[in-house]
Amino acid sequence: MRHTISVLVENEFGVLSRISGLFSGRGFNIESLSVAPTLDPTTSRMTIVTSGDDQVIEQITKQLHKLIDTIKVIDFTGEDYVEREMALIKVSAEDSSRAEALRIADIFRAKIVDVTPRSYTIEATGSPQKIDALIEILRPIGIKELVRSGPVVVGRGAKGWRSAE
Amino acid sequence: MKKTGSQILLECLVQEGVETIFGYPGGTVINIYNDLIDYPIHHILTRHEQAAVHAADGYARATGRVGVALATSGPGATNTITGIANAYMDSIPMVVITGQVPTALIGNDAFQEVDIIGITRPVTKHSYLVRDIHDLPRIIKQAFYIARTGRPGPVLVDLPKDVQIATAKFEYPDKVEIRGYKPNSQGNPRQIEKAVKMILAAKRPVIYVGGGVTLSDTSQELLGFAELIKAPVTTTLMAMASFPKKHPLSLGMLGMHGTYYANMAVMESDLLIAIGARFDDRVTGKLSTFAPHAKIIHVDIDPTSIKKNVRVDLPIVGDLRDVLQKLIAELKLTPHEVKTLADDLAPWREQIANWRQTQPMSYTSSTTEIKPQFVIETLRKVTDDDAIITTEVGQHQMWTAQFFDFSQPRTFLTSGGLGTMGFGLPSALGAQAAWPQRQVIDVSGDGSFQMNSQELATLVQYRLPVKIVILNNNFLGMVRQWQQLFFDQRYSQTCMELPIDFVKLAEAYGATGLSTSDPAEVEAVLRKGLETPGPVIMEFKVSREENVIPMVPAGKGLNEMVLAS
Repeated sequence: MRHTISVLVENEFGVLSRISGLFSGRGFNIESLSVAPTLDPTTSRMTIVTSGDDQVIEQITKQLHKLIDTIKVIDFTGEDYVEREMALIKVSAEDSSRAEALRIADIFRAKIVDVTPRSYTIEATGSPQKIDALIEILRPIGIKELVRSGPVVVGRGAKGWRSAE
Repeated sequence: MKKTGSQILLECLVQEGVETIFGYPGGTVINIYNDLIDYPIHHILTRHEQAAVHAADGYARATGRVGVALATSGPGATNTITGIANAYMDSIPMVVITGQVPTALIGNDAFQEVDIIGITRPVTKHSYLVRDIHDLPRIIKQAFYIARTGRPGPVLVDLPKDVQIATAKFEYPDKVEIRGYKPNSQGNPRQIEKAVKMILAAKRPVIYVGGGVTLSDTSQELLGFAELIKAPVTTTLMAMASFPKKHPLSLGMLGMHGTYYANMAVMESDLLIAIGARFDDRVTGKLSTFAPHAKIIHVDIDPTSIKKNVRVDLPIVGDLRDVLQKLIAELKLTPHEVKTLADDLAPWREQIANWRQTQPMSYTSSTTEIKPQFVIETLRKVTDDDAIITTEVGQHQMWTAQFFDFSQPRTFLTSGGLGTMGFGLPSALGAQAAWPQRQVIDVSGDGSFQMNSQELATLVQYRLPVKIVILNNNFLGMVRQWQQLFFDQRYSQTCMELPIDFVKLAEAYGATGLSTSDPAEVEAVLRKGLETPGPVIMEFKVSREENVIPMVPAGKGLNEMVLAS
């Protein structure tokens, strides 16, 4: 089963390699991983999408916790949360497909961020499912390049989580 | 007054109470070695960095203190890796300090540069690259704290040469604050209550003890707990000496080369109380058939150990001392029920006694050739109670576990998780450095011994009177045994065809060498060896194709033991 896990870590040299090494060394799967500093510049927040049965997911969260540089681990699966991903998609926009590409972008509330006589670059944001759907619709027009950020998530509600407890 | 980085490092070690370190100098640690002369720290120069780390490991195992090793960058650092991995697998508290090329050169493929932090990441509990001299005291303080607390383990500190040369005011922090590291030491009282209920309801309980008991020095608590409920106790290799083998409740070791009665007891048990153990594959055999009737209580300081390999009915995360004390206290609240339980377990203990009677630990003795098991039994007879035994890895290691009756904790130092040949001699060196007055004996095979035999020089140089028992069968015996049993006796590359003259080898280093192939001389040679001052090799030319029995073939269930060779 797919799980989205947020990990708050020390914003230190080598932390990313500790996390990714943990996944590769123990044979855990990473579908995506995104990382950037938080409001507190001494910490970074990672969003990891992984999959596995309950026992594997339990090991993943425990093993993440065990790393000295890990401050907090939350598995959002089963929780109420907002999940967003960004994609930059370069599509062919020749005479025949130019208007169609625009229409599709519009339907998905995506923006055109770069234009050439033969291409559009579309910026889209949304749930990973929405990005998947957009890609499928654009595929027949001709996707020249696709970049996805991997999702980031935040819990719903007024409460936020801070670096220190 | 300002101090240099290398002086600050040594000040920190002194503050941590470090008396002895093991190491090997080189270009990027030359400043540390220069300042070492002025500090009250005893340094032992091993002949290889791997041995320095194993020696620090042996020192830590024999004392419970944090072992410290020091090596230079590049090849010095890479040579430490096996030692670090060995300590990591057995959760040994250790700080390894490596020199590094100057920070400005890092990443430039400088002379003797290697990314030792990257290389050792999977085998260290944590590691630090010191980039600023002002961080150094905090890092050393944290390194020692992390190494010895929670589930212990090795921590590596990589110290670039320019940081060693830089200067700063020295101030040692008195507190450690690591927001991501707060080991949970208190067992949850509600879980303990549940455990007591499960224990009181058990008909066929077995206490299965691992290295955690040794590491946390809780053998007394364990003994109290076992005697209170009168339940049988089986130990892993790592816990061997933490429960007296001669105790009536002792089943000896379980697992691949465990006793018949320990393995049968586990397979028939209805409650397995795992204490500081991690259900290693050498312990469980085939997982799907392991302890099929048992509910499992698992007590461990490390949450990742729980439910990693087996399903667990009741997890208790916490320090063993706290959990065992609470368990005992909780049980003592209902003395009548505990007494009833202890009495009700009589048929179970009887069943185990029957298994023990039908299949005791034994071997066929001989008057014409030396049986390796006989050497181990005789060794027990002639050694002190508090003698420290180290081993290498292989048949001799298993025979030592099977036939030496350990009675005191921290007297059996062996490489359990990683299974490192060449561990025994340097770890004996470390143990002897910690306990100059005690008997320290490395039980070795001819194969393993040659993996770190250069350390004879260190023993002689520092007058460390380690005694070495070599069970010489001219084979890599354990692999040969597997080839015999599972590969149609095709002995591929396991025969050590060149016979080594171990007596001459000992003499070449200035040590004493004794050798015999006569069973009648075994005791006399052992006695003479132990009485001889300084390091001594005692070589026993043993029957060559003796097997370690019982044996659970890899991938088989614990009740599918091979009982005769």
